[in-house]
Amino acid sequence: MRKTALYDIHKNNNSKIVDFAGWQMPVVYSGIRDEHMSVRNGVGIFDVSHMGEIRIKGKQAHEFCQYLTTNDLNVVKENQAQYTLLCEESGGAVDDIIVYKFSDNEYFLCVNASNAKKDYEWIVSNSKDFDVIVTDESLNYSQLAVQGPKSRDLLLKVLGTEIDLIKKFYFNFIKWNGSVLIAARTGYTGEEGFEIFLPWEKGPLLWNKLFEDGIQYGTTPCGLGARDTLRLEMGYSLYGFEIDKDINPLESGLDRYVKLESDDFIGKNALLEYGRNGKKRKLISFEMVDKGIPRNGYPIYVNDDLAGYVTSGTLSPSLGKSIGLGLVKSESFNNGEIQVEIRNNMRKARIVSLPFIK
Amino acid sequence: MVDIPNDLKYTEEHEWARVKDDWIEIGVTDYAQDALGEIVFVELPGEGDDITIGDTFGGIESTKSVSDLYAPISGEIIEINEALLESPEIINEDPYGSGWIVRVKPYDSNELETLLDSEDYSEFIENQAEE
Repeated sequence: MRKTALYDIHKNNNSKIVDFAGWQMPVVYSGIRDEHMSVRNGVGIFDVSHMGEIRIKGKQAHEFCQYLTTNDLNVVKENQAQYTLLCEESGGAVDDIIVYKFSDNEYFLCVNASNAKKDYEWIVSNSKDFDVIVTDESLNYSQLAVQGPKSRDLLLKVLGTEIDLIKKFYFNFIKWNGSVLIAARTGYTGEEGFEIFLPWEKGPLLWNKLFEDGIQYGTTPCGLGARDTLRLEMGYSLYGFEIDKDINPLESGLDRYVKLESDDFIGKNALLEYGRNGKKRKLISFEMVDKGIPRNGYPIYVNDDLAGYVTSGTLSPSLGKSIGLGLVKSESFNNGEIQVEIRNNMRKARIVSLPFIK
Repeated sequence: MVDIPNDLKYTEEHEWARVKDDWIEIGVTDYAQDALGEIVFVELPGEGDDITIGDTFGGIESTKSVSDLYAPISGEIIEINEALLESPEIINEDPYGSGWIVRVKPYDSNELETLLDSEDYSEFIENQAEE
């Protein structure tokens, strides 16, 4: 069981620790709803040091990353980040990741903790024909996500005015406390916020400083539980639920991150083929009409026909309603009404557009 | 410190039963409410419904998880705690008092023998923790 550099802090703050992807991580501090609403209204801090970091360096770093990922890196500038996917030849997803362009010769990837080892091996095995060196730097970095409408004010205070110069989905290197950290204006919550990468052992120092300076903003420590309810309210995918090796990105509503008209990438042919034949499955987003909370695996019926299943669901803290995402047969759409089977009862739900919170 | 009152009976599904003269009050234990986290939804049976020992009769949900409620005894639901429909978090706050879930008229008082006493339940929890 691995621990992040902030484990002792989590323990001392009485958070509930669980095993996540081989790491001991805080799932909740004061309460999922409380933490969730702090991010929506103030600022919350997440320890996401369990995520993986992979560096790709060399003359062909750009070409290699373009080949590796489904989105188009030709439009990405230096110090810009891009959400994209790694796919297998079959088109199934290996992972959804964020790529940070340092330069044409150096790319930095942030990958899901549950896939870190797999992704690294996948990337290395595909790099043989390219002039690049791939290194797994996951244990070099702590990562904190600082999210919420007041996150900018807090970070200006702690990291300085350079924070104001960073545009959405861009990053920069900032000197802090004797090291250089990467401040990226990205996040998984739908709120204003940053994700900060810094040397492993400095993680606790930044966390403590953020809380020290953050009292006036109501800064709240947040765990994985709130991370999930926040992303679900935005309709963001979670690997293993909305996408996995048997669900391709075209099926899970991630079309805009798959550039089929651009350069070749692993899985492109399979996805082109899939697109040509008409999508067999589609991701839907829905809100319960009858009582009940939809959960992963629950069957979805459309007009009494078994159409698919729920991929993720919860009671939305912001809305006070039950919401869910699901994968269903494409041809089963009609007037937007579906039924979710919860504990042997058919409950009515209706399709709504994303994000759930407007 | 997990609270396990000695005057109650328990099940391995982390439920408790308070035995009255002709009815039994049922809820979930302190251990259960702590493991679930903040409870956001409770699915209750209807008054007049029959429940059968070992079968599910409802559910409790937190933002991240679902837990079925299992009938510790067979009987007829004579009262449900409607306050839980509005404020499910009462179970977190007071699992053995105002967090009671249903009141049941038992069909077979022999079934009470199958329930654990507080010491057995305490041991059961300790063994679970060691796994």
